[in-house]
Order: sequence, then C-alpha cells, then structure tokens
Amino acid sequence: MINLTIDGKTISVSDGATVLEAARAAGIEIPTLCHDPRLKPYGGCRLCIVEIAGVPRPVTSCTTPATDGMTVTTSSERLFNLRRTVVELLLSDHPNDCMVCERAGDCSLQELAYFYGLRENRFWGERRRYPKQDMNPVIKRDMEKCVLCGKCVRVCDEVQGVGAIDLAYRGFGAKVCPPFEKDLDCEFCGQCVSICPTGALSGRMWAGKGRQKDVKETETVCPYCGCGCVLTLHTAGNRVIRVSSKVDTPNEGWLCPKGRFGYEFINRPDRLTTPLVRREKGGALEPASWDEALDLVAARLGAIKDAHGPDALGGLASARCTNEENYAFQKFFRAGIGTNNVDHCARY
Amino acid sequence: MSKEILVNVCMGTGGIAAGGVEVMEAFKAGFADAGMDASVEKHCAVHQVGCRGFCARDVLVDVAIDGNRATYQYIKPDMVPRIIEEHVKGGAPIAEWMVGDDYHSFHDRQVKVVLSDCGRINPEDIDEYISVDGYKAAARVLNEMSPADTVEAVKKSGLRGRGGAGFPTGVKWGFCAANKSDRKYIICNADEGDPGAFMDRSVIEGNPHAVIEGMTIGAYAIGADTGYVYIRAEYPLAVERLKKALADARAHGFLGQDIHGSGFNFDIKIKLGAGAFVCGEETALIASIEGERGMPRAKPPFPANKGLWGKPTVINNVETLANLPYIFRRGPEWFASLGSEKSKGTKVFALTGKIKNTGLIEVPMGIPLKEIIYDIGGGIEGDRLFKAVQTGGPSGGCITAEHIDLPVDYENLVKIGSMMGSGGMVVLDETDCMVNIAKFFLEFTQAESCGKCVPCRIGTKRLLEILTRITEGNGRPGDIELLLSLANDVKDASLCGLGMSAPNPVLSTIRYFRHEYEAHIHDKRCPAAVCRALITFMILDDKCKGCGVCLRACPAGAITGEKKKPHSIDRAKCVKCGACFDVCKFKAVLKE
Ligand SMILES: Cc1cc2nc3c(=O)[nH]c(=O)nc-3n(C[C@H](O)[C@H](O)[C@H](O)COP(=O)(O)O)c2cc1C
Ligand code: SF4
Ligand code: SF4
Ligand code: FES
Repeated sequence: MINLTIDGKTISVSDGATVLEAARAAGIEIPTLCHDPRLKPYGGCRLCIVEIAGVPRPVTSCTTPATDGMTVTTSSERLFNLRRTVVELLLSDHPNDCMVCERAGDCSLQELAYFYGLRENRFWGERRRYPKQDMNPVIKRDMEKCVLCGKCVRVCDEVQGVGAIDLAYRGFGAKVCPPFEKDLDCEFCGQCVSICPTGALSGRMWAGKGRQKDVKETETVCPYCGCGCVLTLHTAGNRVIRVSSKVDTPNEGWLCPKGRFGYEFINRPDRLTTPLVRREKGGALEPASWDEALDLVAARLGAIKDAHGPDALGGLASARCTNEENYAFQKFFRAGIGTNNVDHCARY
Repeated sequence: MSKEILVNVCMGTGGIAAGGVEVMEAFKAGFADAGMDASVEKHCAVHQVGCRGFCARDVLVDVAIDGNRATYQYIKPDMVPRIIEEHVKGGAPIAEWMVGDDYHSFHDRQVKVVLSDCGRINPEDIDEYISVDGYKAAARVLNEMSPADTVEAVKKSGLRGRGGAGFPTGVKWGFCAANKSDRKYIICNADEGDPGAFMDRSVIEGNPHAVIEGMTIGAYAIGADTGYVYIRAEYPLAVERLKKALADARAHGFLGQDIHGSGFNFDIKIKLGAGAFVCGEETALIASIEGERGMPRAKPPFPANKGLWGKPTVINNVETLANLPYIFRRGPEWFASLGSEKSKGTKVFALTGKIKNTGLIEVPMGIPLKEIIYDIGGGIEGDRLFKAVQTGGPSGGCITAEHIDLPVDYENLVKIGSMMGSGGMVVLDETDCMVNIAKFFLEFTQAESCGKCVPCRIGTKRLLEILTRITEGNGRPGDIELLLSLANDVKDASLCGLGMSAPNPVLSTIRYFRHEYEAHIHDKRCPAAVCRALITFMILDDKCKGCGVCLRACPAGAITGEKKKPHSIDRAKCVKCGACFDVCKFKAVLKE
C-alpha cells in the first residue's frame, strides 16, 4: 500500500496506482480528456496536471505513479490558468458549430468550455480544414473536430488489435487517419466512435435524428449473440436512433459492429412481428398467432417421434439465444424428446 | 633522398562539399604524373582526415615534408599542381595560399579532447585509431576494473551529458546499473536535429571509433549486451564511416564475444532516424527504435529503469560518449581539472552566424563568451556591432553584450534564460532583427512538434502566428503580454523538452530586446531593417550619381531617373526586395 496526501486528504492506494486513480478513489475530480481507464496512460491533453510538493513543474496525474509520502495539489490558480489555456487553445482550432453538432450536450470539449467560461478566445488563428471523406455507411469522420486525444488510435490498437488508424504528420498538421489518408477500411466495430470525446467520430446514421434532451435511454441485452453485452438504446419518440454501451457493464462498454450499428432492423417495415406457418403442404407462409404456431410444432414433433422414434428428430440452436435458452433447448431435446441429436450453429 | 611526404585533405562533410574529393584526386594524379608513383607510396601518402573545425576555409590541406607541416586554405583542384611543383618538389611553400594568424588563433585558444584526434587520423582506418592509444581504455576497463568502479570513475570525472540537459553521466549510469534485468541497452543519440548543429556528425565522421569505445565502456558499466546508435539518415557519410568502423572493430575483437579477452560480450546496431527533431528526445527515440511513431512518452518511468523494450536503458549523446576513452586514458582527475566548478571538461560548439571564423570549436567549460567570439571567432563579420549570441538552438535563448564576459557553462546559461543545448552558437549582429530571430526558431519548433500534446501543438503555432503578425506590421497593443503569458503556459504544460523549451527564444528576446518588439508593434518600425513589411527604400539625392545600376536591378520597375541625375523609387511599385540596396556602390540607397 501507498499512502499519499491529495488536497490535504490522506489516501491509501495499492502499488502501481496513478495519482489520478488515487484522487478519483477519494472522490477528488480532476479534468481529463485523453484518459480512459481501459487504455494505457497517454499524457497528451495535459488537462489532468497537478502540483506535487518538491517538483517544480506541474505533472500529469494520469501518467504519474503515486508514491509514498507524496503531497499533491489538484487545484490552484496556476493549475486553473494552465488548464484554461489548454482548452482555449483547443477551441481556437475548432469549428465553432456546436449548434449543429451531433455531440452537443454530450461532448467533453463543450463541457470544458462551459466550465472555464470560454466565449472569447485570445488565440484565434488558423484552423485545420479537412475534406470530408469515407464511403462506408456507418462511421462518419469529421477530423476538424478532432482534439488528438489519441483514444481512437489506442482503442483500435490496444483493445481491438486492428491498428487501422494512427497519427500522421507533425505539429499543427498532425492528424489521425488510416494509412496514406485513404478511406477508412477496417472492421467497423465503432469502438473509436464510442470513445471519441468530441464530434469528430460519430455514427453516420445518427445524424439529425434527435437532440440530446429528447433522447431516452433504455438498458437492454444485445440480441445478436450469447455474449450478452449490455446495450443502451437511445430512443427518440418510438424509434431507436443510436446504440451505445456503458463502461460499467460486463462488456466494459465495448461492442461489435452488429451490436453497435445493426439496429435499424427494429423499425424496418419488412420485419417479422408474428410467427408464420404453412397451413397446407406446399402452401404459402401465413401469419399466425403464437398459440397456433406452437400447437402446430408440438403436434408435428409428436407425430414424427411416434412414427419414427426420437432419433428421427434433431435440434439446431441459434447463437443469438442466451446460454439459458440454449440450456433449456438441449434439455428439451434430450429429456423431452429423448434424443442426443442436438447441436449449435456456432460449431459450423 | 627519400623525403617523407604526407598530404592530409580535410574530408569532413564541409570539406567534401567544398571539393575535397576532387582535391584529393588531383594530388594523387599529380604525384603519379610526377613519377612519385606507387613504389614510393608510403613515403608519399595522400590521406583523408575528418573535419578539423575551420569549415569556413575548406578545402583545408596539410602538406608535411619530413614532419614540417604547412596548412593551406581554400584549396581547389587547379591549385594542386603548383603546390606539388613549388612546395613538394621545390621545397618552397606558397605563402599566399597558407592559412594566416587567425587560423592559428582559431586553434590555439581551443582545448581539444573530443576533437583531439579528429582531423589527425584517418577515420576509416582502425589502425590509426589504435596507434593513438585507441581501444586501450576499453581494454583496461573491461579487464581490470569492476563495473561499479567504472561508474564511480565517471562520477568522479564530473562528466555531464552533452546532449542538452547536462545530467551527470555517472549518476545516470549508476541508476541503470542498480536495476536487475535480463537485458539492458545503451543507446548513442546521434539524431542531432538542431538547425545549424554539426558537432555530433563531425565526431562520428572524424573519429567513429572513439564513440564505439565509449559505448563499450558504458555497456560494461551498466551491464548491457546490446547498443544502438540512432543516427539520422541525412548523415550518409557518418553512417558509412560508422558502419565501417563497427565492422573493423568486430574484426579486431573489440566488439562481439569476449571483447579484449575479458569475457564481456557486447555489440552495436545502427538505427537510422528519418529526420524528426523530436526523435532526439530520449523517449521518442526509444519509441522510434521500437518501430512506433517517434512521440515522447511520459516520464517516469525514466529510461534508466524502463527504456527500450521496457528494459533498463542508458541513452547518451555522441559527444558524451566520445569523451569517455579520453577520460579513462588520462584519468578522471585530469578531466575534472578542466572546466568550471560544476561543468567539467570541454564543450564542442558549432560557431555560426555573423562571425568571421565559422566552424567547429572545442573549448574548456567556463571560457568567457568574449574569448569565443573575438579570439576564436575573430570578431563580427564586417566589424559590425555585436548584438547577441543564440545558444542552445531552437530551445535556447540569447546572450547579450551585457553578458559577454559570462563564463559559458550549464548553470550560467540557464541563469540568464538560455541553455547549453547541444552546442549551437549563432552570432547575431546589429543587422539581425530579434523578433525575426524568435520567429525563425518558432517556425522550426512549431513544425517539428510531434503533435501529441495540446500546449506544444497548438501553442507554438499561436506563438508563431503572433510573431508573424508583429513582423508584418500587424502587431496589436497587448501582443507582448499575450506572447509572455502563452509562452509561459506552453513551457509549464508541455509533455517533453521540445514544448518546454520552444518558447525560450521568445521569452529571451522579449527579456533583452523588448524595445524591438515595441518598435514593431507601436511605431511599425523594424530597428534592424529586416522585416520587409516595415521597411522602406529611398534614394539619397546627395549620394546618388545617377549611374542607373539600381534602375536595371529593380525587378518591379519602381526606379526612375535620368542618367547622371539622382534617381527615385516609387513606393507604390516597390516590392521591397532590396536589390537596389545590394547593388548600389555609392551607398545611396537608404533602408529603414
Ligand atoms: C526535442 C529534443 C531534441 C533532442 N535532440 C537531441 C539530439 O539530437 N541529440 C542528443 O544527444 N540529445 C538530444 N536531446 C536530449 C536527449 O533527450 C537526452 O537528454 C540526451 O540524449 C541524453 O544524453 P546525455 O546525457 O549524454 O546528454 C533532445 C531533447 C529534446 C527534448
Ligand atoms: S478522432 Fe476523437 S478519439 Fe480520435 S483522436 Fe480525435 S478526438 Fe480523440
Ligand atoms: S511537447 Fe511537443 S513534441 Fe513534446 S510531446 Fe508535446 S507535442 Fe510532442
Ligand atoms: S488526461 Fe492526463 S494528459 Fe490527458
């Protein structure tokens, strides 16, 4: 254990904890932009700077390991001014278009600007101009809004293991892009979209679907596979307009392309909403009630078993079912019907 | 009557650029024509040597007959036949081509340690290095000293890092040596990215074996089995000589397994850098060797604890490492006797700018700046007025006339708002505009920022924009205060040394030359008459002879006037190129 003092509070943390982790554990807020507890520390945005007794320069709390006896100050006039300058510099190179930005109300940069009360800017100057590109249907990149926090680069590399994007160029011209600035061509998991603190990365189909205040959030479980990732459905009116996932879920907020972007079927007119049955051999599929459909299946399974024995039947379960559902399904085949002919699509 | 004739041709990059290769060929051909052919080769050798410092006078050639040496300057191939004829054959050196007293004062005031063998031995011949006691220090350290004693000796010598920060080398080694690890590394930082700096390049080109020997001693002291030399690809000659030196050292058993019969194993790899200034920063350099984008990482952890591939690593500058063989040959006490109280030994500087003798110099730490400028440098070009010296390159600051007696060492430079840096020294005179100088360095650092952190990426850009508008006559009241406030914030909040030091030229020029900033902003005037937007050209009636040279030189057709009558400039048409000012022989064009 390490004992240190932060803003006069004595705090104990385990070995290897950073100053930021120690402060957060004690409920002390320090602003951050490039930090994410799921990624390796980066130290790029410089917002999390703190003062440590005996060290002349401020240091970034997200990268500095806590050490025994350390005395840390997280807020002072000097730190306030430095952090405000950082935000002011970011805003001096940012399109001033919160009015039409998808992320308004849910943007870290906007929150910081609000906190520091930055309306005027001492540093207005050249702003990066980038053409819009990308033909893909899901991820929209608006790199003029990028604050170069590097989170998207790191999640793509550290979590997803893909490495589709990285920083290129130097100085003011530095930008996040795929190799040779080509169109994005990756797994489209959208992990980068989920982690971007600004409107630089967003879902293409989210655009113009609803302001933050009109959106209702509902937690649910993803239906696509048995992993059971927790989804947050964002709905406006009666429509799902966006899917996200929270960090404090078993899936730590990470999703796959289907879970994150494959929700449009919900409101499709050709989506099945009732069972379909063939009422006579060779006939068309017709809508039926659940009772009628289940009765039909039960009757047919019973008849086959009576005529040909239980091994004439086999069951193939779906990976979209939960573990519990799959358990019940094999139990039904083994104990109910009496056959071991049961398998699962994930094996093929 | 076989005379011993030795011709040394300076073949540093400066020498080669000035035609060193052609001069050497001319000597070889000349001797062949004169019948002094291969049979007398060993009595008549043309010999290439590395940089000898006085680059302004290249190509420099020594002709030594039976040990009597004469040094020629500005030699071109077509001058060679006369040297062979009159000097080599006739025994009469050609006085008018020889270097003068200033060449000797350039050298006499210097104390050469790192450069002591540069320009004396052939860097491509390991036997020449061995003949000046090369590799003896490493052999003795490896066979007779313990690693701990080696670290102690370096501590005792007082050697501090020559790469910029001046961290005590022995202390750094001690940190790394104290770590237990299955692998450790030693890295030689030969990235040398400061504009105008060529100290490290000259050391590697002139004496690569000293660097190898220094690295071997360091590797033994910390327990590393692998070394890297991170060298920029823009130094092809240095790379080539280093490769040859490494191969020769291996062939002699000075690298590889069981070095010098001591049982110690160590070898060195070369890693080429792609020419990014920030890759000279140690953590960015390590990232670059690992194959990552060359961006600095937060410290701690320090490389000595967790460096290359996460292993304890020592990283030292070329000059730091090249000092080591000499320290161990002559003893740490000898080294500690050179220099000032806290800065021991010597420092190599690249002396450039408005100075008569530009070139590479090596002086004891603590030498007064005045001696460097006037005794070694020969004073200001055109005997104009000294204004300042910029030390530490883009990370440093300026030293003004007020501090000209200052002993140059790490502490003193920091005290007056500059720094030692890697050793660039740019001399400025009354014709230099200090706002423009600050802008020049900011242009560099701004473009070389890696982009990782906000204060440096955007802050240096904004500093540059403010400086640019001041030099363009669009400065606003309050701009000086804005510069000061932003510069200090960038310094305080940036991640690495680049961002921390990039504002130094701004802060230091404001500190010493605030009046120049004020003249630009408030009076829309550039006191040094450099900033184009703020100067006007005028022809003085009483001096103009009406010769018409300026009229013909003006690309904008802004000058009119009848022959033999005073001419005049149409301000509306003038593009301020300064052509008239440069061509007028009668000093009739006024620039202000
Ligand atoms: C932006 C930047 C550029 C640097 N460039 C160099 C360089 O070109 N060569 C060098 O030796 N050190 C350079 N350094 C210093 C290194 O980070 C490091 O301190 C040095 O190599 C350590 O060696 P020393 O202790 O022998 O000086 C640079 C530092 C910064 C911040
Ligand atoms: S795109 Fe978003 S996540 Fe990626 S670096 Fe820019 S701001 Fe950060
Ligand atoms: S200070 Fe500049 S060079 Fe250093 S990490 Fe920050 S952006 Fe990169
Ligand atoms: S959160 Fe620590 S530097 Fe960005």
